[in-house]
Amino acid sequence: MENSSDPASPLLEVRGISKSFGAVRALQEVDFTLRAGEIHALLGENGAGKSTLIKVITGVFPRDAGIVRIGGEEVAPRSAKAALGAGIATVYQEVNLLPNLSVAQNLFLDRQPMRFGIVRESEMRRRAKALLADFSLDVDVAAPLGNYSVAIQHVTAIARAVDLSARVLILDEPTASLDRHEVEILFGIMRQLAQRGIGIVFVSHFLDQVYEISDRITVLRNGRLVGERETVSLPRLDLIRMMLGRELAETTSARASVTEHKAREICASFEGYGKAGYIAPFNLELRHGEVVGLAGLLGSGRTETARLVFGAERADRGQATVEGAPVRLQSPRDGVRHGFGYCPEERKTDGIVAELSVRENIVLALQAKRGLHRPLSRREQDEIARRYIKMLDIRPADPERPVGLLSGGNQQKVLLARWLATSPRLLVLDEPTRGIDVGAHAEIIRLIRELCDEGLALLVISSELDEIVTYSDRVVVLRDRAHVEELAGEAIDVGNILAAIAADGAATAHEGRA
Amino acid sequence: MKGLPPVLITAIVLVAGFALCAMQFPNIASTRVLGNLLTDNAFLGIVATGMTFVIISGGIDLSVGSVIGFTTVFVALAIERWGVPPLVAFVAILALSAAFGAAMGVVIHVFDLPPFIVTLAGMFLARGASFLLSTESVPITAPVYSTVSDFALRMPGGGRLTAIAIIMLVIVIGGALLLRLTRFGANVYALGGSRTTASLMGVAVGKMTIKIYMLSSLLAGIAGIVFSFYTSAGYSLSAVGVELDSIAAVVIGGTLLTGGQGSVIGTFLGVLIQGLIQTYINFDGTLSSWWTKIATGVLLFAFIALQQGLVALARRPVVKSAGAAS
Repeated sequence: MENSSDPASPLLEVRGISKSFGAVRALQEVDFTLRAGEIHALLGENGAGKSTLIKVITGVFPRDAGIVRIGGEEVAPRSAKAALGAGIATVYQEVNLLPNLSVAQNLFLDRQPMRFGIVRESEMRRRAKALLADFSLDVDVAAPLGNYSVAIQHVTAIARAVDLSARVLILDEPTASLDRHEVEILFGIMRQLAQRGIGIVFVSHFLDQVYEISDRITVLRNGRLVGERETVSLPRLDLIRMMLGRELAETTSARASVTEHKAREICASFEGYGKAGYIAPFNLELRHGEVVGLAGLLGSGRTETARLVFGAERADRGQATVEGAPVRLQSPRDGVRHGFGYCPEERKTDGIVAELSVRENIVLALQAKRGLHRPLSRREQDEIARRYIKMLDIRPADPERPVGLLSGGNQQKVLLARWLATSPRLLVLDEPTRGIDVGAHAEIIRLIRELCDEGLALLVISSELDEIVTYSDRVVVLRDRAHVEELAGEAIDVGNILAAIAADGAATAHEGRA
Repeated sequence: MKGLPPVLITAIVLVAGFALCAMQFPNIASTRVLGNLLTDNAFLGIVATGMTFVIISGGIDLSVGSVIGFTTVFVALAIERWGVPPLVAFVAILALSAAFGAAMGVVIHVFDLPPFIVTLAGMFLARGASFLLSTESVPITAPVYSTVSDFALRMPGGGRLTAIAIIMLVIVIGGALLLRLTRFGANVYALGGSRTTASLMGVAVGKMTIKIYMLSSLLAGIAGIVFSFYTSAGYSLSAVGVELDSIAAVVIGGTLLTGGQGSVIGTFLGVLIQGLIQTYINFDGTLSSWWTKIATGVLLFAFIALQQGLVALARRPVVKSAGAAS
């Protein structure tokens, strides 16, 4: 690594990149090397730092430390446009083109062939046609881009990028909204471009596709580089371990602290519950005083399960039962009415109201549950806020401080407090430890156990397998938008979970998206 | 690519409306009426052409009516009171209004403010300034005014294509070509599609914004001069609400209020529809002229509903899949 004079000299070299957002360290000394003519997969779970790395490379975010070299020359683009000038083009999942303009205008915007100040429309169309023919695409280039499928829009975006003499092409989840056939077309184009010597960075969470197309894999986890491997010599299980696992040995010991299985009362159960095209029908029992962990890769159906359980998404089949009585969960309001609470993954966008104070955030759900005509008095609010600040050790212990000024861990606690104030019977936590520092991690996990001991039923999603193993009484493993295995008691360990996730992945890759 | 179907619908509405009117009043179907219609709506056609650029780019310009008002007063005072030669007065006011539009564009771009607010401020500013110059109507008696008023091309059937109608037609055609054939035009559509994306694709968004509002105000200035020819006077209260008439013409012409789609030809048809309604009411003689506004309102509703329908149709079901959730 130190010596960059290896035979296939690197096209793009990223060395020691660090980037922090406030107190959160999104990237720590990350290295990345892209060779000419290779397709290089960049992998990692949500929050691993993939998109941050891309945005730092392309100059969307300024970097705190590190260097980027292209063809041996150091570059420091300040904007996406500057990055393009340096030869780095990015095509995002949401295609950054203009659907209201014609395909030809999109390809040649701001660089149309001109004569006497007038765009030579026919010449532009001819060139557009020729350019797209290189990508075996034959479309009416005069028609609006928005008339075409996302796949064609992607190819158009790639064609534009390549035509702008890009040497490095970054494709961020390009296949997420494509069907199998369209993926084939895209892969064909990627191979063709690689042959021309263009280096391609491929970000995806479809591991089958990664194995199909990539030459090399770089894995990030929690903002750090886990490693770079050649795809052919990296078994799927090892890859998943790189993405999810930590030091596997030490974790199983923590299981001892989990209380023995008792005949616990069922809090809520779901039978044949599912939604077409969203998640396959599943059976799930949630008991008082028990933590059920949901494990799986990004896109496996964990959040989908949580949203169905809470009522944030409507099931189209199956039956939900709460405390023995059948119920309908049509909306989050129904969930709240039945005593459910949901702390979503995107704390900043879906959870806290950053401008409001800690007190106001805590009483939010309780007030909503009581209805507008029964306002909580200021005294009650203060009382509730004080109680939970003390109970959850929220710092600083100032109920009037805007939540946006708190650290990630404390924001998470405020969210927890909000739902606890409604005295729920079931709490759904989606990635409760995401983006919070190590100390707060342990505290959140302790809290989860405590709440559980008090009789609350908990459904917890986490990408940290060792963490799930630590607090779960049962673990449901998901793959390709279906529940594939349930582990209980002694069977819960990181190895078993990984094995369940990795089992015959190749066969079922696209089923969940029919 | 530039939203043909809505334009076609506008054209059909115009033809059908014209046929209906002609059935009741056969005299409407004459070049005389057509000539008058073009002359009466010359200033509206000019200002609506500018408005089309603004709206397609995703903005709005509420200041144009006031700019017309200011222009008439300025021109009248300059010629009648300050003794400035008419041509010099025209050049001065056009430079002034272009600068005014450019300034609004700068404010919109640099401070990232909504065009609605900035041009609303511009509207009060220009109207206020015209009152400052003069609160009463100033008649213009310069010889060039009677020359221009008398000038007209004879159309077959006795209709007169007046100078100001010709100015309007030239501007409409020029505007249509500018929008359709030039890089500037393509960038206007790009801006209306998405400012962020356009800028990522290399469009100089700031410069474009300034140019677009400059163009709109410049055309409003020309419309003001034309209006002063039309009325032979400058009055600070003239052209009140014309910004709304022109927005209506643009929307009826099939331009999306949210930007990204539309055409100058459509806008021209929208102006003609409004003129046709006015003509019908004149022929009828018993109807209040305010029915023009009511009919325009109904048409506006119909067209907005129509556009929403078309937009919904265009948004074909996209397979939502894997996405970002886990």
